[in-house]
Amino acid sequence: MANFLFYAFAFFTVATAAGVVASKNAVNAAMCLLLSLVGVAGLFVALNAYLLAFLLLLVYAGAIVALFLFIVMLLDMKETESRGFGKLSLAAIILAAGLLVTGLSTLVARGHLDTGNPALTPALGTDIKLYSYQLFTTYLLPVQVMGFLLLIAMLGVIVLSKRWEGSDDVT
Amino acid sequence: MTSATLDHYVLISALLFAIGLFGVLLRRNTLVVFMCLELMLVASTLALVAFSRFNGTMDGNVFVFFILTVAAAEVAVGLAIIVALFRKRQTIQLNELNSLKN
Repeated sequence: MANFLFYAFAFFTVATAAGVVASKNAVNAAMCLLLSLVGVAGLFVALNAYLLAFLLLLVYAGAIVALFLFIVMLLDMKETESRGFGKLSLAAIILAAGLLVTGLSTLVARGHLDTGNPALTPALGTDIKLYSYQLFTTYLLPVQVMGFLLLIAMLGVIVLSKRWEGSDDVT
Repeated sequence: MTSATLDHYVLISALLFAIGLFGVLLRRNTLVVFMCLELMLVASTLALVAFSRFNGTMDGNVFVFFILTVAAAEVAVGLAIIVALFRKRQTIQLNELNSLKN
């Protein structure tokens, strides 16, 4: 049963992620991104990281995709997107695809990632107490830095979106 | 049907990352490019959680916390830049934003 759920969520995630790339309309792309994030949250649940699945839905699906949709509606652009690859993008895609295939085939061939039976390793992600313990001991400084980063980001967004005196807006 | 192992999760993560990269290179709409970047970020978090689960450690899970925070800040700043850009140039198509060329 757990296996079936893994394959279902994996297929769902990859299919909707392809939808983000393929959809012409930006609103559809945002909706596909939302579905893809739900799929990833399902995979997190399969990995026993319940708190992270919840946070992913809350932060990404709740805040980030809503922000994307808001901006898409706000800008209301015309659908005149020209597609096609430049020479540089084509080279980058060939290089990236080659590297990916090489990496994955090495992974499968050598079996370096074989960590044994997952039922025997403790699922630490289920315990919320462990998260808080780690965050308040080992990772205390990064947590404070994150708080500072959020403050700076907030100030930066306010500065960026304010209309300054004498700026030459086209509108 | 074998049980889902670390290989499966890393494969899915790599696939998601590749799809995101493909979108970044293919699309011309800045907003969609940004969405594909988010997809790549989520793919990396999936790999982190999987490694953390199958190795019985906590570090990957905690790292995903920080990635989520940075992603939230990044999206806010990025979208503010896109809005400011649209206000100045009336377009967000990547191939029309070439004023730094030459």
